[in-house]
Amino acid sequence: MTLLTSLTLAEARDGLANKSFTSLELTDAHLGAIEAARTLNAFVLETPDQARAMARAVDAKIARGEGGPLAGIPLGIKDLFATRDVRTTACSKILGNFVPPYESTVTSQLWRDGAVMLGKLNNDEFAMGSSNETSCFGPVVNPWRREGANTELVPGGSSGGSASAVAAMLCMGATATDTGGSIRQPAALTGTVGIKPTYGRCSRWGIVAFASSLDQAGPIARTVRDSAILMRSMAGHDPKDTTSVDRAVPDYEAAIGKSVKGMKIGVPREYRLDGMPAEIEKLWAEGAAWLKAAGAELVDVSLPHTKYALPAYYIIAPAEASSNLARYDGVRYGLRVPGRSIGELYENTRAEGFGAEVRRRVMIGTYVLSAGYYDAYYLRAQKVRTLIKKDFEDCFAKGVHAILTPATPSAAFAVGANLDPVEMYLNDIFTVTVNMAGLPGIAVPAGRDAQQLPLGLQLIGRPFDEETLFSLGEVIEQAAGRFTPARWW
Amino acid sequence: MSVDAATVRRIAHLARIAVTDDEVPHLQGELNAMLAFVEQLSEVDVDGVEPMTSVTPMEMKKRPDVVDDGGIADDIVRNAPATDDHFFLVPKVVE
Repeated sequence: MTLLTSLTLAEARDGLANKSFTSLELTDAHLGAIEAARTLNAFVLETPDQARAMARAVDAKIARGEGGPLAGIPLGIKDLFATRDVRTTACSKILGNFVPPYESTVTSQLWRDGAVMLGKLNNDEFAMGSSNETSCFGPVVNPWRREGANTELVPGGSSGGSASAVAAMLCMGATATDTGGSIRQPAALTGTVGIKPTYGRCSRWGIVAFASSLDQAGPIARTVRDSAILMRSMAGHDPKDTTSVDRAVPDYEAAIGKSVKGMKIGVPREYRLDGMPAEIEKLWAEGAAWLKAAGAELVDVSLPHTKYALPAYYIIAPAEASSNLARYDGVRYGLRVPGRSIGELYENTRAEGFGAEVRRRVMIGTYVLSAGYYDAYYLRAQKVRTLIKKDFEDCFAKGVHAILTPATPSAAFAVGANLDPVEMYLNDIFTVTVNMAGLPGIAVPAGRDAQQLPLGLQLIGRPFDEETLFSLGEVIEQAAGRFTPARWW
Repeated sequence: MSVDAATVRRIAHLARIAVTDDEVPHLQGELNAMLAFVEQLSEVDVDGVEPMTSVTPMEMKKRPDVVDDGGIADDIVRNAPATDDHFFLVPKVVE
């Protein structure tokens, strides 16, 4: 018999529907896998009692024929999503033992549709990082290893726990968030599928805020179809988030297998970087050939402001973070470090509670918003952002349906590689433009590097056209096959 | 542009983060590396370009100005480090 944990979400859904197994059995199989994989450090909180209670309740519903679209499916939840009565920390010391008295909109929709929560997943502190090494719970380990080596590799970040857990088959899918690449980069580094939907597609309510004009929630899963199934439950209008868009949620799964014949796919010349590894170049060309074989037309396009996206991001995101993180003051929740005055209490609490990366970004953000520097940095970056978005609009106006790029400049790197901050930021060079323009982007595994590590391709879509990304992503998945790490843990 | 040690201390104070004298040179180096990285934005011609305020064109939604929630003081103070009778406790602010 196939291991229950190795099923895809779609297969498990069918198995539950035709009563081949129960949600409790499926949930127990995953709880066992989580326990056996603690060395990956993907989960920061396991919630087995709650998982079994949810599974039993949903089994009863399935028996009555009332199961929802995700009935009985065990998921992992990034620790950035507030979960009622379950500790939520954003993997920061400053939130300490925070136990939300409320549930995020996105997770409440997953439970509404019958999903089961296995626990909370590790991430970079406040989602600031590209390797999941800034978490106060320590780094996450990638289930992938280089061929013939046992060096521990990072899973990418910030949704490193989500990506690692999905790749290692500890959960059937996971929630994640993406501010500059935090869904797509870890998906690419772990051989999983991750989609960041259009800004406004998912409610941000109840998700710990990093940079509000860039943050979006999305799923990480093992197949394009599974990510489409999860996306449908996660998306939707929420009056509690004024930036959430009031638009019907399509049946994303119906886009899987749809013909891509005649679609125009842009290949942006500015994404061809100097010194780009030959294997990334090859992967990109292969992806283009697969889409062409499926009937799409590949066209050369230009996005002239691409190189300015990362520097503009590193002004806008820290600026918004410095404002959002002002709430951590040691008074209303989380860590408190005493001081002789209230000012000292704030300063001591924030010095002790924030890790080095968060402190660095809050300080940069404070600086670029401060009197005398606002125009030179923040306002200029917002203007550059307008130009970056216009590049994409011009491209789509020429009839381009989607844009194909590499997902990351390299495969997974070693834990503790000690990149300097700017080197680390370059991990998001292909993904950050998409957040700046508010567009949907999907990362799909497409090949391997010379050391047999997975590599991903990214497809960027028109606003609210996630369906085209699922159709195109499926073509790549069908051609490239699926990527599963050999178990060593 | 680059920042000096005094500016690092000023930013830290504005950000309400205590920094020790030992940390200043390191932070100064890091902040300057980031500022050097973003410096390339100065070569972009932004004349006549509107700064982005909303990435998805949308009108700010408004809701009726009515009380639709409340009576949850226990929930509000539940995670606070120090409270007394539904109040947050802080060091003395007014002498």
